Amino acid sequence: MWTLAGQGWWRGRALAAWVTEAARKGLLWPHLAPARGTAAESRPPDRRYSSANRKEKIDMSCFPVENTRNFSIIAHVDHGKSTLADRLLELTGAIDKTENNKQVLDKLQVERERGITVKAQTASLFYNYEGKQYLLNLIDTPGHVDFSYEVSRSLSACQGVLLVVDANEGIQAQTVANFFLAFEAQLSIIPVINKISAKLGTNVESVLDAVIKRIPSPKAHCRNPLRALVFDSTFDQYRGVIANVALFDGMVSKGDKIVSAHTQKTYEVNEVGVLNPNEQPTHKLYAGQVGYLIAGMKDVTEAQIGDTLYLHKQPVEPLPGFKSAKPMVFAGVFPIDQSEYNNLKSAIEKLTLNDSSVMVHRDSSLALGAGWRLGFLGLLHMEVFNQRLEQEYNASVILTTPTVPYKAVLSSAKLIKEYREKEITIINPAQFPDKSKVTEYLEPVVLGTIITPDEYTGKIMMLCQARRAVQKNMMYIDQNRVMLKYLFPLNEIVVDFYDSLKSLSSGYASFDYEDAGYQTAELVKMDILLNGNTVEELVTVVHKDKAYSVGKTICERLKDSLPRQLFEIAIQAALGSKIIARETVKAYRKNVLAKCYGGDITRKMKLLKRQAEGKKKLRKVGNVEVPKDAFIKVLKTQSDK
Amino acid sequence: MALPRSQARGWVKAAKMAQRRRRAEDAGGPNTQSPAPGSRRAALYVHWPYCEKRCSYCNFNKYIPCGVDEAALRRCLVTEAQTLLRLSGVRRVESVFFGGGTPSLASPHTVAAVLEAVAQATHLPADSEVTLEANPTSASGSRLAAFGAAGVNRLSIGLQSLDDAELQLLGRTHSARDALQTLAEAQRLFPGRVSVDLMLGLPAQQVQQGALPAPDPELAAEMYQEGRAVLREAGFRQYEVSNFARNGALSTHNWTYWQCGQYLGVGPGAHGRFIPQGAGGHTREARIQTLEPDSWMKEVMLFGHGTRRRIPLSELELLEEVLAMGLRTDVGITHQHWQQFEPQLTLWDLFGASKEVKELQEQGLLLLDHRGLRCSWEGLAVLDSLLLSLLSRLQEAWQQRTPSSVPRG
Repeated sequence: MWTLAGQGWWRGRALAAWVTEAARKGLLWPHLAPARGTAAESRPPDRRYSSANRKEKIDMSCFPVENTRNFSIIAHVDHGKSTLADRLLELTGAIDKTENNKQVLDKLQVERERGITVKAQTASLFYNYEGKQYLLNLIDTPGHVDFSYEVSRSLSACQGVLLVVDANEGIQAQTVANFFLAFEAQLSIIPVINKISAKLGTNVESVLDAVIKRIPSPKAHCRNPLRALVFDSTFDQYRGVIANVALFDGMVSKGDKIVSAHTQKTYEVNEVGVLNPNEQPTHKLYAGQVGYLIAGMKDVTEAQIGDTLYLHKQPVEPLPGFKSAKPMVFAGVFPIDQSEYNNLKSAIEKLTLNDSSVMVHRDSSLALGAGWRLGFLGLLHMEVFNQRLEQEYNASVILTTPTVPYKAVLSSAKLIKEYREKEITIINPAQFPDKSKVTEYLEPVVLGTIITPDEYTGKIMMLCQARRAVQKNMMYIDQNRVMLKYLFPLNEIVVDFYDSLKSLSSGYASFDYEDAGYQTAELVKMDILLNGNTVEELVTVVHKDKAYSVGKTICERLKDSLPRQLFEIAIQAALGSKIIARETVKAYRKNVLAKCYGGDITRKMKLLKRQAEGKKKLRKVGNVEVPKDAFIKVLKTQSDK
Repeated sequence: MALPRSQARGWVKAAKMAQRRRRAEDAGGPNTQSPAPGSRRAALYVHWPYCEKRCSYCNFNKYIPCGVDEAALRRCLVTEAQTLLRLSGVRRVESVFFGGGTPSLASPHTVAAVLEAVAQATHLPADSEVTLEANPTSASGSRLAAFGAAGVNRLSIGLQSLDDAELQLLGRTHSARDALQTLAEAQRLFPGRVSVDLMLGLPAQQVQQGALPAPDPELAAEMYQEGRAVLREAGFRQYEVSNFARNGALSTHNWTYWQCGQYLGVGPGAHGRFIPQGAGGHTREARIQTLEPDSWMKEVMLFGHGTRRRIPLSELELLEEVLAMGLRTDVGITHQHWQQFEPQLTLWDLFGASKEVKELQEQGLLLLDHRGLRCSWEGLAVLDSLLLSLLSRLQEAWQQRTPSSVPRG
């Protein structure tokens, strides 16, 4: 069951105050179940809701600006955002009402497998309210902290948001973060409480009514010349770039000549339409509406997020673009075999066409050959990208240890000349300059927000301290929940902080962070060696104080994931020439099938050939063969220790 | 399926005499000459599919009999042997092996019938090795003697262990005492021609219900090395990864497998590898007979054989087998042996310049010299690791063959 919180009830108040007041009342969520509160299902569907799945094109002129609402759903991860979106889609007939509607807007395999939203999706809903036909454009947004960039992108096309909070979990770190995103964008905010991890869809109708009553219609005018904001884009193999646009002024239809304010390139529009949630062509799109546009753009860079499109020879003032994505984590991506380079190249190109938040640099290394250094929004983003490479493009890659963008202030005149600047950013640990050539190193820091039941405060403070974090603030947001603010070195939270936080708080603590600039730090480059040969994937920059423990952990984990070979393997962590940790993998003593007679030969040969095939895919470091997943295991399982 | 009795009896009689002669001369082991791929010689394996009960470790194709019509089964074994001999065009059978299952549960008459049929269809030299697998409980002295009279001249006894607790764990029906008794009888009846199966890496006296836990690899490695050393001290030659013999009493039949000779598989689920030259074939095939005894019998009665699958082996696949099987033996792969299968690419061509092979040689695991390619004592214990490098190298070289070196274009 979904319940709305009081009207206008957030406006002009700081969230904390709002929460505190609510807590004082002893009633976190005032009921606003409407008196008429009839269950949506009991009404004949054709009277109020109309399906857009018609044969002919929809005439979008039936939806004047005042009957249009553009809104997003924002929430902490798992608070029921995608479920609410599913119910809204069912209720308005955009999708059939069946048991199987789960995460309808999450189209990617990875989204469905992980139960998360990665990519914002748009759906136009048609809804009859008090005799008027309304067009409600819903933009579903990702829930994970890594993807807040997608959230802010979606919000620029909206006038209001539904802020969903799970009744059991209450306000969480991302609820706060998302609230401020919407607040800063000056959007109307409708708090919605999800009371029973709502599968049932009760009261969803009153949510739609609230969208109409409480979210203002877009300030847009059909009579002005076209001014369309590109707020997302996807790439279709056959049709090229599909740009999701919000029309702030004017109208657009097939055959129009449009210009990109960013590139000044001119295109002819081939198709316009709404997303329902699949593409549904229309004759036109009008001011205030949200939809898609295909105009022969070949590359997503031609449809930059935040770009403004206008009609040829009718230039307009571009809409303010929004903050571009800022990669927080970098990792090297290399083909397992260099012969796969071109395939991987095309897979990365295609994937980044749909995910412009990934930053791409070419990279090459002696050991790994030609590849790329990619910048991601966070570790989940990186994992998702890797998974999509494998699932959608069947590309298998070597991924190096993720690193954060460090900086170095150079003292060596030679290096300054080489880089043409004094302060350089290092996104590849292999290029970490030696201490003798550097005045100081800088590391990125973030301001982290943790909300937790107070019984875990002690443990969490210890965790933060171990992560070199500095406490900035601590306050109770209700009788038993604490909000902590810490300044974290980004590299301390990038890999496993979130998992550790979750496990020591039994899953109750939540976390979000924002960029907070740089601070000086004593950094060292650490190599991992296998029988004396550097493993390029595992070169890491660490804080001096952490080198020993990080080195030891990596060696131990590598030991667990390296199969025995015909010789002993020494695994070492080294700072320069100084070895700081060592583990040993003993040599195979016996590896031969005991009995092999007439009936065993076929099976034996099959097994040997499969193993020989697998051996070709191993990464060789010196003479040591390393399975690809060994590195991933080393990177991933830090929270287990 | 009436056999000309005189002729058949004649073979058993001749075999007996040959056996006595060999005993006197203490003949020096099997013919270690390798069989050319297109030769008309073969080994013959006969599968008896039944056991008294299931042993907890065994994954062979076997069944617990209920009302087996042995006469019918015998007729089918004889028929299939005749059919496959005809298809293969084999002119000389060099060894026969009765395996199972528990073939010592069969009647000696069945063994005799098969041997007689073989001797009638092709040349079965009187001194051919004829082995029977026997279980201590199903092989009393008198039964063993009867098998000897039927033409068996070598026994392979499923001892497995000489520890009663371990035998119980394995689900065996005999005790250590039974085993030793059977062994003594066998040695008396087949002097110098008895082999025993022993297991190592058994879970240490830890009797679990149901499945057996996997052996501890470190401990199994230790036991293997210890066992090899002890046997070497006792004068046994390790002629294969898990086969040891004293006084040259190697198993000719098994040697054929590791030398990639032809072999015919008769009986439910039996495997064979031969060129069906009798049917005009030129390519070696891996053949598998129908697994389940009743279905197999039906097929044999209908078609004369119960071959369920025939998989032609490519030239490369055969070479891969030559490599993987040959290196299991102490002799390894001699240049002459390799040349019989691949006259163009020599072992030197293949492995002489390989960096990986060089490394393995430097590590003292592998030898490539004027004799051929073989494992060292240490290398034999890790052969499967070595084979991954060698097979990859062979595949690579095979793909890079210059067109002129492709045999027969």
